[in-house]
Amino acid sequence: MKPWRIRPMGEAALLIECMLDDIAEANARVLALAKVLPAQWHPLPAIHSVLVRFDPLRYTQAEVQAHVRDALAQATPGALPPGQQVTIPVRYGGEDGPDLADAARRLGLAPDELIAQHTARPWRVLMIGFAPGFPYIGPLPASLTLPRRATPRAAVPAGSVAIAAGMTGIYPSQLPGGWHLIGKTQVTLFDPTREPPASLQPGDHVQFVAIA
Amino acid sequence: MLRVIAPGVLCTIQDLGRPDYQRFGVPIGGAMDRVACVIANRLVGNPITAACLEITAGGAAFEVLAPCVIAVTGGDLGATLNNRPLPAWTSALVRPGQHLAFEERRQGARAYLALAGGVDVPLVLGSHSTYLPGRFGGLDGRPLQMGDVIRPASSAFDPARLAGRVWPAPVDYAPLIRILPFHSLPGQPDLDDLTALPWRVGATSNRIGLRLEGARLHIERAGDLPSFGVFPGVIQLPPDGCPILLMADAQPTGGYPAIAVAIQADLHRAAQLMPGDEVRFAWTTRAAAIAAWRALNALLDSPIDMDDGIALAAAAQG
Repeated sequence: MKPWRIRPMGEAALLIECMLDDIAEANARVLALAKVLPAQWHPLPAIHSVLVRFDPLRYTQAEVQAHVRDALAQATPGALPPGQQVTIPVRYGGEDGPDLADAARRLGLAPDELIAQHTARPWRVLMIGFAPGFPYIGPLPASLTLPRRATPRAAVPAGSVAIAAGMTGIYPSQLPGGWHLIGKTQVTLFDPTREPPASLQPGDHVQFVAIA
Repeated sequence: MLRVIAPGVLCTIQDLGRPDYQRFGVPIGGAMDRVACVIANRLVGNPITAACLEITAGGAAFEVLAPCVIAVTGGDLGATLNNRPLPAWTSALVRPGQHLAFEERRQGARAYLALAGGVDVPLVLGSHSTYLPGRFGGLDGRPLQMGDVIRPASSAFDPARLAGRVWPAPVDYAPLIRILPFHSLPGQPDLDDLTALPWRVGATSNRIGLRLEGARLHIERAGDLPSFGVFPGVIQLPPDGCPILLMADAQPTGGYPAIAVAIQADLHRAAQLMPGDEVRFAWTTRAAAIAAWRALNALLDSPIDMDDGIALAAAAQG
């Protein structure tokens, strides 16, 4: 129970946070917990927390809390079904990745070295959020960790592959955004006519591959 | 069946939204004022999940193309039928050639227009709601525009049974939002100003959230928290110190510190605020929040009164 904190968020929600410092470990526990919580509470996993929403006329906060504690006892990251392995082809740099050179310079890398590290191994989808189908992928090593851009862009093109704050992400549609754009993919990440609508889910493994 | 003559400031198709898709990054969405949306549907005999029109501010106008039973609820946008005031919170039979207009905002921000049978648009991710930033739901994911035709999903209704239904229980739209505390950070800002002073709804407010202008709430560390789940009612504090009250189209996760949460029973009040309006916040308790939610749910279950005169007239002329 020690690494968890459960707090009410208003009268109709609880935020369950995993207090472990290791993001990968905290996220694995969070995803395992979200899987075993009842669907009627809409469990929403994020990087290191799960939000549950409930009707306070049907369940007391104490009942939901007790249920969450039981779920924490059952939820072991080892029991997570292995995520899908997904390959994302990316054209790095140039017009597709206008921030590649600048990001590489800030990291003290050559652009090719940044690409080599970004494609070196699969990363895990930690959460989907910010916008429909937007995956937060990582955690990236310190050698690829940059703060967000000082000035966000009003319109980042769909398919842009970006890095910031120790993570990499893919913009599923044209959106405002403050991450560093290093490349672009043609893969469709979100389609509201599909079920499920997002092609990536938390726990999936994403291998970026550089294409010409 | 209605034809849009003018959409006004913003007119979209909404229902009660998508509660089950936040883990895919999809907002809950749906009607900003869910109370008015449910009541409009109940007045015309629809299931409460049917799609309605959400009409924002003034300037919208419609031509009736085929007889239908409608009800208007929510904010008072000066609804008229053939230039005569149309009673709100009451169902009415409208006939081909009649002109339905929402001329100007008198009170509130959003009116809900329900059509017996519900508005006929496809379900996307389990809802008819328009999500404008994602360009899906409603009518091709966009606001209504001149020339659009609004068709009922079903036309099997009995005007004598559905016209002249009057909502018996007034909805409280006082510009006062009760809040419960929440602390994202150890260095919680001094929140005395949150409840001591009135706030003005900022010009950039929309269906995603209301930006609140007034005092600046200072916060030690703002910005890059790891994102966590949020929902309509959460009050975020971005680095500029102007709080944001998240509304229907709020993104499901956010990284700004949350400083308080509006109680669910008061969100319909927030939904009726426009830029420039004043609003106040007041701390409450969990018990009071649940009592208010119970009272609001009881109100939504109120038995509907019949105005027999209107019903008989509709039956005679229908």
